Amino acid sequence: MDQRTSIEEQIDLPFVESLKISFQSLKIRFGRSIITTAGITLGIAFLVSVWANNEIDLALQESGRSSAITNLDEASEQGISTKDIWLIIMSLIVCVVGIANSMLMAVTERFREIGTMKCLGALDGFVVRLFLLESGFQGFAGALIGALIGTLGAVLLGLKNYGMDLFFYFPLFPANPENGSFQVGVLLLILIGCFLGMILAIVGSSFPAWRAAKLPPAEAMRTEV
Amino acid sequence: MPDIVVKTEDVVKEYRMGSNVLRALDGINIEILRGEYISLMGPSGSGKSTLFNMIGALDRPTKGQVYIDGQNMSNLSQRQIAAFRCHRVGYIFQSYNLLNVRTAHGNVTLPMIFAGIPDKDRNKKAEELLDKVGLGDRMYHLPDELSGGQRQRVAIARALANDPSIILADEPTANLDTITGREIIDLIKQLNTEDGVTVISATHDLKMLDVSDRIVDIRDGLVERIRNRDEIEIEVGDVGGE
Ligand SMILES: Nc1ncnc2c1ncn2[C@@H]1O[C@H](COP(=O)(O)OP(=O)(O)O)[C@@H](O)[C@H]1O
Ligand SMILES: [Mg+2]
Repeated sequence: MDQRTSIEEQIDLPFVESLKISFQSLKIRFGRSIITTAGITLGIAFLVSVWANNEIDLALQESGRSSAITNLDEASEQGISTKDIWLIIMSLIVCVVGIANSMLMAVTERFREIGTMKCLGALDGFVVRLFLLESGFQGFAGALIGALIGTLGAVLLGLKNYGMDLFFYFPLFPANPENGSFQVGVLLLILIGCFLGMILAIVGSSFPAWRAAKLPPAEAMRTEV
Repeated sequence: MPDIVVKTEDVVKEYRMGSNVLRALDGINIEILRGEYISLMGPSGSGKSTLFNMIGALDRPTKGQVYIDGQNMSNLSQRQIAAFRCHRVGYIFQSYNLLNVRTAHGNVTLPMIFAGIPDKDRNKKAEELLDKVGLGDRMYHLPDELSGGQRQRVAIARALANDPSIILADEPTANLDTITGREIIDLIKQLNTEDGVTVISATHDLKMLDVSDRIVDIRDGLVERIRNRDEIEIEVGDVGGE
């Protein structure tokens, strides 16, 4: 064995290596990855469906005012109601808590793995980057599916309420009618959902991963789940 | 002059749990020579794993110093500690600590990925190492598909990936049956004699006695005594008779 007297500094891994490791990890624990991703999908689907449903109601009410559709349930109450705002805020909270929880669980059960990687020479930054990549990918995929499911749900509900009128007045793009309230539009909503899901997944996983990475490996490896 | 690889100076480790303080190591002073096979012996809870963690830079002592190759470990930067774990030490644990998402081969390549060794070289070396530990035909199996003894062999191959000068083993045979345990001990001993790797192994497995150059008896966080090989051999006779 060679006798090195001074200890060198650990190198940073090339990005491609990190990418390969994270994808392999997602692939092999596919079943578990799906469950975590499903958590994200559910949260975003719920949020997007509530919000898109609201957008649809707004758009159709708006059209009702101009084309005199009067058989709307809440035709008396124009614009976005306090109840709707509450519903959206509640679904946002459910979404944030749900995603944070599923990411936290997914990281906690991998503390031992984190400690082991550090024994083999992983830098703290590498551990965080690994979780960032994995969760970013899961977050985007999960949120996109969730946003689409949520939109589909809102469309089905809209069809039931408004019939074919839905398609004539479908709020696809942002709109700001003169005497109505601003509408985000379903397209932008889907984008917001994807972005939100990805950010929540990344924050929800990188933060606990960062805390685990800072622990001495002995402590990280002791954690039993 | 003897070539000292590991030296601990009054190493104390305390664990704080609420208002209680548990002193797991109570001032450990040992010197380990290059190429030695050292066994840390002692009953469960005596502080073997804690000392293992201090020597392997897996945790920091509360007080005292650990020197490896004359380097004071508490003076190292984060990057140096990572490089130290990557290049200087190979760790072997009681519960193998393989990454379940990577194959045997993938486990062995990981430390080499961290060391920046190119794809082709590390793949070849992983194959050689797995061959060496007798797993040539199981390279691309996941840990879940291997027996305990096979997993520990993968862990040994992984520990050797970056040609460490020290192998640290924490009760490597505790989860194995007698025969498999014996094989694992022989394999570690072989690395010690053939490659000159310094082996530091925590154990309460008496089979470890006759391969050790010295035995450090640990009790209640203190070094109770240190026995040399010649003193041991007499006692092994007794052990064999049980
Ligand atoms: N992380 C920890 N937190 C609290 N107490 C610990 C921790 N690690 C070890 N101990 C305690 O320190 C003592 C020594 O433990 P350990 O070094 O694991 O002993 P051994 O490996 O010889 O069985 C034991 O009393 C154990 O309960
Ligand atoms: Mg122990």
